[in-house]
Amino acid sequence: MNQVKKFVSKNAVPILFAIVCLLGVYYAEMPGQFLLMEIVKRMARNSFLVLSLIIPVVAGMGLNFGIVLGALAGQIALILSTHWEWAGIGGLGLTALLATPLAALFGFLAGMVLNKAKGREMITGMVMGFFANGVYQFIFLFLVGTLIPFDNPTLRISTSPGLRNTVNLSRLRGVLDNVWTVQYGFTKIPIVTFMVIALLAVAIWAFFKTKLGQDFRAVGQDRHIAGVAGIQTDRNRILAIVFSTVLAAWGQIIFLQNIGTLNTYNSHEQVGTFAIAALLIGGASVTRATIGQALMGTFLFHLLFVVSPSAGQAIFGSAQVGEYFRVFVAYGIIAISLALHAWRSKSLSKVSMEEDVTA
Amino acid sequence: MSVPVLEMKNISKSFYGTQVLKNIDLRVAKGEIHCLVGENGAGKSTLMNILFGMSVITNTGGYDGQILINGEHVAFNSPKAAIEAGIGMVHQEFMLLPGFTVTENIKLNREDTKPNLFSKIFGKKLETLDRKKMSADARTALDKLGMNIEEWVTVEGLPVGYLQFVEIAREIDKEGLQLLVLDEPTAVLTESEAEQFLEVIRRLADTGISILFITHRLDEVMAVADNITILKDGELVRSGPTESFTIAQIAELMVGRRIDTSARIGGERPKAATEKVLEIRDLHVDMPGERLRGIDLDVYKGEILGIGGLAGHGKIALANGIMGLYQSVGQVRYEGTDLPLNSPREALNRGLAFVSEDRRGVGLVLEDTIANNIVLTSMQVQDKFLKPGPLKLKDQKKITQHALESIERFDIRCTGPDQIVRRLSGGNQQKVCIARAFTQNPKLFFVSEPTRGIDVGAKARVLELIVELNRMGATVVITSSELAELRSISDRIAIIYEGKLSGVLAPDAPDLEYGLLMAGKSLEEVGVSEGTAN
Repeated sequence: MNQVKKFVSKNAVPILFAIVCLLGVYYAEMPGQFLLMEIVKRMARNSFLVLSLIIPVVAGMGLNFGIVLGALAGQIALILSTHWEWAGIGGLGLTALLATPLAALFGFLAGMVLNKAKGREMITGMVMGFFANGVYQFIFLFLVGTLIPFDNPTLRISTSPGLRNTVNLSRLRGVLDNVWTVQYGFTKIPIVTFMVIALLAVAIWAFFKTKLGQDFRAVGQDRHIAGVAGIQTDRNRILAIVFSTVLAAWGQIIFLQNIGTLNTYNSHEQVGTFAIAALLIGGASVTRATIGQALMGTFLFHLLFVVSPSAGQAIFGSAQVGEYFRVFVAYGIIAISLALHAWRSKSLSKVSMEEDVTA
Repeated sequence: MSVPVLEMKNISKSFYGTQVLKNIDLRVAKGEIHCLVGENGAGKSTLMNILFGMSVITNTGGYDGQILINGEHVAFNSPKAAIEAGIGMVHQEFMLLPGFTVTENIKLNREDTKPNLFSKIFGKKLETLDRKKMSADARTALDKLGMNIEEWVTVEGLPVGYLQFVEIAREIDKEGLQLLVLDEPTAVLTESEAEQFLEVIRRLADTGISILFITHRLDEVMAVADNITILKDGELVRSGPTESFTIAQIAELMVGRRIDTSARIGGERPKAATEKVLEIRDLHVDMPGERLRGIDLDVYKGEILGIGGLAGHGKIALANGIMGLYQSVGQVRYEGTDLPLNSPREALNRGLAFVSEDRRGVGLVLEDTIANNIVLTSMQVQDKFLKPGPLKLKDQKKITQHALESIERFDIRCTGPDQIVRRLSGGNQQKVCIARAFTQNPKLFFVSEPTRGIDVGAKARVLELIVELNRMGATVVITSSELAELRSISDRIAIIYEGKLSGVLAPDAPDLEYGLLMAGKSLEEVGVSEGTAN
């Protein structure tokens, strides 16, 4: 009985969302095949991004809203690659390669800022994302075509400076997904994309078995103690953010090659919120995140995402309400997860106090 | 005599013109346990900082004098250099990561690694941890200490007493450890844990490791030290073999005046009145680890009532329960009317004040100034130190003035009323707590473990202050683990055993009776006449 209680208290968040998801599936009355297709597509699209969040959490920097910067780096690389007409899987690799130094630079700058805002990393990262968005818009909406000579009719708005609102990534669309697919009913399973995700998961797992990974964990547990032991805490924190940002850039490239079009001014906006929501739903917290939680969370989040409009429509009888429902769910999830996390850490400390008595 | 492991000669140090160390000599031989004692501010930490090449020393112009390790001159400019020379240090506060296993903590930043494919490309940092070797090393270190804890458990779940051993295991796992510095390691340990700890120290010394042991507990010094060095105000007072000292001598040399902890502080007081100020009936307090299971006790007006008993039997819970800090049931009547339980606000409103045993957790707002800490409760509860008007604005002038008076009166050693409380030493923090209670001008004053973790000189002063408060008309209920302390100031002493009242004794009752009550035997049971209890 006690074990059940502990399990529930430990996994309150994923359990709650599993229940909500089941209710959603029940009310949405979607055909199973369609549901499976949607989930596979979305898992392939998003898992990489969510996994990119794990390292900074373990390094004690909380949920990295700064992955927006990584997404921007990925998009800049995609714009350039479209301009230079890179194509195919090689082109995609080249794009990722191009994004890497950019993302590393962004990550380094973000890490420096976050080191000045210890303990407030999440909100700082979020605001940094907004700021970077402003700079990004300034460059691509205003400087391109004025200060930066750029004359590509497929990318430029014809009547004024700036890039078009949508960029067609036709040369890169699905190039990773389509290397090798397996058909299951209506569902095309992009095996290579999943292999890349698996590779990342294994890499993260292996990374935490290395000296550097151990240092990250130590810094995440207690900066002061790690510092006294001679670990360079600030340097490790910057590295953690650099890793996360680079991974996020690659994740965004994978995401966009699946979608096939780049929404120049919007694609990156919700990357942070959605990836973080997914991670939280998997049962991760501000201080703890595992690969299993990331994948489980991605699954639950997108399951809910798929069923919520239809469920909303079935329950409230309006497609409009269904759309609102979608947005409401995404932000509501973050709020509830964080609240549940706070509640859980409180009740956990109670449990440990009781254990003291019996010990 | 062989060459000493550590020799410090003529060490002097000034901070900005103030001399804090004057010509200190210190010799520690191989396998020797050397105790360094002295009041807070005597210069012990400065001396250790010099030994370790801490940046506070190097950044302030270094030091004068010489340090020799095994007869060779050294001058460490960083802790790392000192550690490499075979000096280990166990800090007063735990330097352990709660979520790491014992092994991981022992090997923190000294992990054994083995190369893999990636480390060959990207460098040593990406080598895989050699967990097998790490565990084996940790086991060896723990075995050396005679500890049977598993090396793979996380530190989080370990009892506090074990943490200190994990820290020592970390030090002895370091290659070539010659000298281990222990900075007040037993301050947080219970009596039995401290005993075990001393046992471990002896074993270490027997293996040839020299120990420099800094402590406030003088009985420990007598039990374990080969040699003792006493510092006072930055000067070496006396150094010599343990046999040449008695505890009373050490204490006297430390504080420079004779104090006898068993003597009555404040002399005899007039007999307390028989008017009951507090009547406790069947009080249960749900305080983890210190549960009270139904206690009946009366407190008389104007007395100092001591609450004693062994750790874990619930003596701490009495004050915490009445002040509303832990869930309680039962009946408490204060000045003839019921005192609602579980409401700190109500207790404060009725004129009760409390100096908590958890100074840093409950007692103080650590990040706030001395001035604000002193006036906090009075301002909140009694609307003192506020400007007239409905907005309840702080009257900063009054606050500062009061803080200055308190600092003077309670002899709080600080840079001024605006100093952050966290930076104060334990004894001075306690004085701030007591100053706050004074400010409330309480009628009934609870104080728990007032002298825990503070040095001998401050101890006596704190006890004097409590008596002073009593003289001003407050009834005092003092809870303490140190019986001698209770006997030195209380009028009556209640002993708690397993959450219940075991008996009440006079302060001059024989030791035997105290021992019996603490062991849960009633006095009638063993035929001791109950003449002293009420």
